[in-house]
Amino acid sequence: MTHVLAIGTRKGLWIARSDDRESWTLDGPHLLMQEVASVAWDTRRSPARLLVGTMSWHFGPTLMWTDDLGATWHETGNAAIAFPEDTGTALGRIWQLQPDRDDRPEVVWAGCEPTSLWRSDDGGETFSLVRGLWDHPHRPNWAPGFGGAAVHTIVPPPEGERMLVAMSTGGVYVSDDGATGWTPSNTGISAGFMPDPYPEYGQCVHKVAVDASGPERMYVQNHNGVYRSDDSGATWTSIAEGLPSDFGFFVLSSPHAAGTAWVMPIENGDRRIPVDGRMRLHRTRDAGATWTELGEGLPDECFSVVLRDAACVDAQDPTGVYVGTRDGVVYASADEGDSWQEVAAHLPDVLTLRATVLP
Amino acid sequence: MNDPGVTVRLPSALSDVAGARSLVVAPTPDDVAALLDGIRDENPALERRIRDETGALRRFINVYVDGDDVRHLDGPATTLRPGSEVHVIPSVAGG
Repeated sequence: MTHVLAIGTRKGLWIARSDDRESWTLDGPHLLMQEVASVAWDTRRSPARLLVGTMSWHFGPTLMWTDDLGATWHETGNAAIAFPEDTGTALGRIWQLQPDRDDRPEVVWAGCEPTSLWRSDDGGETFSLVRGLWDHPHRPNWAPGFGGAAVHTIVPPPEGERMLVAMSTGGVYVSDDGATGWTPSNTGISAGFMPDPYPEYGQCVHKVAVDASGPERMYVQNHNGVYRSDDSGATWTSIAEGLPSDFGFFVLSSPHAAGTAWVMPIENGDRRIPVDGRMRLHRTRDAGATWTELGEGLPDECFSVVLRDAACVDAQDPTGVYVGTRDGVVYASADEGDSWQEVAAHLPDVLTLRATVLP
Repeated sequence: MNDPGVTVRLPSALSDVAGARSLVVAPTPDDVAALLDGIRDENPALERRIRDETGALRRFINVYVDGDDVRHLDGPATTLRPGSEVHVIPSVAGG
């Protein structure tokens, strides 16, 4: 059994491997000079497929995949993701790739810039634009955040048809009918940058994570604010008390331990550095009622941040936690965040991480 | 009259997807848009690295016909003639 970590950066992809999650070997770069903003391991296939959303500043975006850990790469001749002619729109960037649940093994979702959701029914080789979200009457009002306007978070239905996406800005939207109709679901989440601090939509949700107890309970790291929902996203309650700041980019949840989640507080929206220049995660074991600072092995003099998708957990027990910084350092924790080891350094800006285990 | 077609010079970064550093396209297409339409039919992965799905040239790709930037000519409607040389050149961009 090998632990494998896909590291997407501003200038290519690296693949780290470890037998023990303590010492790591690094393979790369793959797809050099391609900006890799999204990766996904599809372990429903054998061998596992690594899907990669790339973007060349010269030659545009594309989706590629490898079934042999980067020895060979493939892409669909006619672009896997391309806007239909009637939209008059061109794909900007693939921000998120998300395999669906196990009993729909060919379904893969993609969140893209400009703000759009896509569905594949052939394992990610071709995608169709989800018209229900693209044609949503709110879309003209979804404004781009600093990174661009995109669907950056996709929570497929673990059962049934209820699905959630998040976008910056725009906030959380849910669908209960197979991704046809979409309803904003931001009650309780603030938008301090708008005249109405609690609008129906327009929030800058940075990331959403589902609790191990089930999809009714979720966590949000917002532009300002950390929240929990106990009703499948219908309403949100602040759980930021006890954190040194409510600003941050990512939120992670344990796949096994109910109530366990991680965030990394940033000073604030105007000072985007770790609080006091110390890189620290904060973990809750009680769904946000209390938080514990974690940092053994993380730097004290750090002025780089971890972006919304440059963090992930694995499916092991105890949970492995992984973060990658904008100055190209990747850290791994094999003990749920208590202690950290360096996986890689001096890479380009880390944009995305995904971990899995391969035979 | 024998039509020599047009020669398309590609950057090294596209040689993998193109399978070569240059292509000869004959008979001569009417204009740059028709040239790229033909490339799309033969090799869509190459074409979409030069222009996006709306048909626009990618922002940091320059296309020259006989030494002139088509953005300063008639854009995609820039006429080609037998023997024209078309350069596809990435612009100075990135960090």
